[in-house]
Amino acid sequence: MVETTLSASIHPVDELLTPPLSLRQLVWRRFRRHTMALFGVVVLILLFTYAFGGALFLTESYANQTETGVRLQGPSAVHPFGTDTVGRDILARTIYGGQISLLIGLTAVLIETGFGILIGAFAGYYGGVVDSVLMRITEAMLNIPQLFLLIVMAKFFSGKLPNITLLGRTFSGSVVVIIGIIGLTSWMYLARIVRAEFLSLKENEFVLAARAIGTPRREIIFQHILPNSIAPIVVSATLGVANAILSEAYISFLGLGVQPPTATWGNMLDGAYNYIDTAPWLWVFPGTLIVLTVLSINFLGDGLRDALDPRSRVA
Amino acid sequence: MTRYIIRRLLQAIPLLFVISLVLFVLMQNMGDPVATMGGRSVTRSADRERLRRQLGLDKPIAVQYLYWLVGNDWTKIDLDGDGVAETPGQRQGVLRGDFGASLVNRGKPVLQVIWDRLPNTLLLMGASELVIIIGALLIGIYSALRQYSVIDHVVTAISFVGYSMPIFFIALLTMYIFSVNFKRWGLPYLPTVGMFDPGVGKTTGQVALHMILPVFSLSFIYFAGYSRYVRSTMLEVMSQDYIRTARSKGLPRPVIIYLHALKNASLPIVTVIGLDLPLLLAGAIVTERIFAWPGMGRLFLDHASRSDTPVVMGILMMISVAVVVFQIIVDVVYAWLDPRIRYS
Repeated sequence: MVETTLSASIHPVDELLTPPLSLRQLVWRRFRRHTMALFGVVVLILLFTYAFGGALFLTESYANQTETGVRLQGPSAVHPFGTDTVGRDILARTIYGGQISLLIGLTAVLIETGFGILIGAFAGYYGGVVDSVLMRITEAMLNIPQLFLLIVMAKFFSGKLPNITLLGRTFSGSVVVIIGIIGLTSWMYLARIVRAEFLSLKENEFVLAARAIGTPRREIIFQHILPNSIAPIVVSATLGVANAILSEAYISFLGLGVQPPTATWGNMLDGAYNYIDTAPWLWVFPGTLIVLTVLSINFLGDGLRDALDPRSRVA
Repeated sequence: MTRYIIRRLLQAIPLLFVISLVLFVLMQNMGDPVATMGGRSVTRSADRERLRRQLGLDKPIAVQYLYWLVGNDWTKIDLDGDGVAETPGQRQGVLRGDFGASLVNRGKPVLQVIWDRLPNTLLLMGASELVIIIGALLIGIYSALRQYSVIDHVVTAISFVGYSMPIFFIALLTMYIFSVNFKRWGLPYLPTVGMFDPGVGKTTGQVALHMILPVFSLSFIYFAGYSRYVRSTMLEVMSQDYIRTARSKGLPRPVIIYLHALKNASLPIVTVIGLDLPLLLAGAIVTERIFAWPGMGRLFLDHASRSDTPVVMGILMMISVAVVVFQIIVDVVYAWLDPRIRYS
């Protein structure tokens, strides 16, 4: 604040001559100042390169190949990250596990955002009975901690889907289940944010104008109001990716998530604590990758919040 | 105020009803409870049939829910499978405080099963919550008063890492350092699993020793949220006019910080703590699993994996009721602490 008033008073002419910044430039300016967010972006790019570029060097069948003769071997030249309890190469598994973990994080958030926007938008726009019914459902979902719901739902949907073949690769059907249940158990906060945005935005003149010229409701909701509330949605969705990756890690760690042989960073840790004193490499590598990913996404989300939505900052 | 509380309680009833209904439907695919009953498999199909009838599993789900909710002592059930209901039911139903009997610990009432574990969980979670609150207050106030100092930045960075870490990672890491490696180096090391050493017995010292690692892990993960919150509310309060007034009339700094500022800054913190308290009952699923702590989280996990639906339902409903009740309590306490708030 002090800085801007100072520079404005020293260079009043500059202020008049420079063309006004576009929204994108403004956002980028604010984002650029957030060093940790830039650090997060760089680390995320490296992690994506690791998970998707690494696949060029090691095949998935190698990642899933068991060789009980070399089980629980420490890091060596052949297996740089060591081998797991059935002799699979941990380096290769962190590469393919990373793909699945990142995929789950991104797609679960798509579902979460879709649900959150729909429920929040309808509740906020229509108000009245629709609002109270939808918000009671939201409250009911919030009443039970997410991990408990995830466990119950993982059991409910377990073993229902066959393996899926996509792009020449076979995935355990549990990947889809996990994506679905993480999306279904995490939309509540987003719905509340969207609802609050809609409640205040729908009172604006532009909505009244749109309604006056007979714009259909669907268009008012999705083309007039929604774009105006995109900033908090983007921030919340970004942080949601981190949360989804953590949720996958927790549920897979408990053995109820993605089923082997499909690797994820989470299920690689399942049972690792049985070998805590003999084979620390079982959990160190996938665990570190999870922490790095989640940390970077949280930094990125924090930077986005500062850049897109400076007023909402709480801490 | 009394009317407000009554209205909130009345609103809670349909909410809990919907939750129980949804959960009951979700329970239907937990697996075959008869297959894992009593820890041994019941193989003869005639026995299975009889057991399913005894447990009421042969009934349609709507009837099962009805029996779970209001019991079946008002009707007769068919035990021998001849199609004629002749035996009077025994169950009282949740509304009369009967959550049924555990299927795994055959015949043991659900409430008893939960009650056996609850103190362990409350001990672990209560200790963690206490460490978190005290730590967060100290660190939060410190970094608010010295905003952008080196320590503020370090604390911010550490709390970001803690916030981003899955709890099993910090748990495994501390186990590896303080237990495995300390033992290897011949240093005094910390125990990793259980609540006490069976060779020594359940003494206060033993339990405290076994609590160090799980409490540390839990605090490390949940510390971030609280300390950031304390910091931001403190920053907000410290910039207000009445603090400047207090300063200008020459009050000593500690009086300003702890009596004037903290009092108002702690209002929103009370809300956050109050809303987290019911979750202490639920325990920590992952932490209790890693450290083999015999609490509610592990109870839930064990019984969920063995399709013991009465216990799982009991735990989830207990959490829901606690959350609803604490929400009301927090609202009431908040209005009492902050006279500006009035409920109509």
